[in-house]
Amino acid sequence: MVQKLNSLVESASQTAGPYVHIGCMPSYAGNAGAYDCEIGESPIAEGAKGEIIEITGEVIDGTAWALRDAMLESWQPDAAGKFPGQPGADPNVSGFCRFAVDPDIGKFTLRTVKPGAVTTRNGAMQAPHISLWIVARGINIGLQTRIYFEDEDNSSDPLLARIEQKNRLGTLVAKKSGPGQYAFDVVLQGDRETVFLDI
Amino acid sequence: MPDTTPDTNTDAGPLIPRNRAAHPQVHDVEYKTSVPRSPRWPLLSMESTPSEETGPRFGHDILGEYDNNLILNWTKGAAPAIGERIRVHGRVLDENARPVPHALVEVWQANAGGRYRHVKDGYFAPLDPNFGGCGRTLTDSEGYYEFLTIRPGAYPWPNRGNDWRPMHIHFSLFGHSFGQRLITQMYFEGDPLIDQCPIAATVKDRAQLDNLVAPLDLGQSRPLDYLAYKFDIVLRGRRQTMFENKLEGM
Ligand SMILES: [Fe+3]
Repeated sequence: MVQKLNSLVESASQTAGPYVHIGCMPSYAGNAGAYDCEIGESPIAEGAKGEIIEITGEVIDGTAWALRDAMLESWQPDAAGKFPGQPGADPNVSGFCRFAVDPDIGKFTLRTVKPGAVTTRNGAMQAPHISLWIVARGINIGLQTRIYFEDEDNSSDPLLARIEQKNRLGTLVAKKSGPGQYAFDVVLQGDRETVFLDI
Repeated sequence: MPDTTPDTNTDAGPLIPRNRAAHPQVHDVEYKTSVPRSPRWPLLSMESTPSEETGPRFGHDILGEYDNNLILNWTKGAAPAIGERIRVHGRVLDENARPVPHALVEVWQANAGGRYRHVKDGYFAPLDPNFGGCGRTLTDSEGYYEFLTIRPGAYPWPNRGNDWRPMHIHFSLFGHSFGQRLITQMYFEGDPLIDQCPIAATVKDRAQLDNLVAPLDLGQSRPLDYLAYKFDIVLRGRRQTMFENKLEGM
């Protein structure tokens, strides 16, 4: 016998189910007024410094069908690469957004400020990116990924550098579709499958 | 906009990597919707970075008076929901067995008849005019939380020929790091439908499934008022060592 570790095991995830919106986005579920203040309605407030952008896309399953019930959350630093709470962070950037795909056509839009680069604890510079978390019926544990930008220098990003199949790298990079406009799909399965993260 | 107070967590090390064996199997043929919605390629693993170690923080300013009372919150206190009154209480801890204070706990559930107040739920059971079905609260400085609700009904769902969800409450948790985000479900001790449920069965480690089943807690029940159930939740922890470089600006 040996000593016991003083550690616990993380609780098992379970699917968010088809009705995740009633708990997390009551207005979206037709229950406006359930809360006085819903969280994550926008990652920025009026006056946020930097370039305001819109990222539009779909969450696509293994049959190429765009989900109508997915919920997403994004987390990012401000235009200077500072996260909320860090010294000097832009007070008009909460960094957090909770949004859902359109129940009829399956499209989502994230309006935010373009994030700045962030240094890791090892001193490596991460290219600007937004962290994304996707839940839905049929997704048994929330999927983590990142949105990078095709008009940034992604050449020395430590995460992108770890992707062996360079042909999959593009799944993490939003394509510029107009001034301040980007396109980014999340593909859950198949040949175009998004690189999902275990971080 | 959420109140974003600085992270006062003293452990500034990287997040402990997830043990995926403690979680559901992502592709499970008995839960049919998981088949087209589960990735096929391996996940990309890496040590956590500030993108995962930081996260949104929420303060009491977002909470309304009745947010943690699902019996009363839909009518803002005017009339109680129909059903068996229960109190759900527990602690949010991390993998180092330390409490997670000021964690946002959001819950949602069906009403006593098994019907959700959601535009997409068309089950026969009627809506309760006094029940919305969502609530939220923050853990206290010791990681404790509680809320009052009614016991949700079991409900049928289209999957295999005759599948029923056991009584359950959905939980969404924010710790202090975005990488700790977790959505799970609480089941009730003694419910025979747990062992028939293909969603519960996506958790292959029996001890991990048992940890999602809340025991009846008579000691915390209030005579002539409500029964209590205890439900503790464990979020990912962070490696604690003096040998970590501190994050820039943290
Ligand atoms: Fe449910």
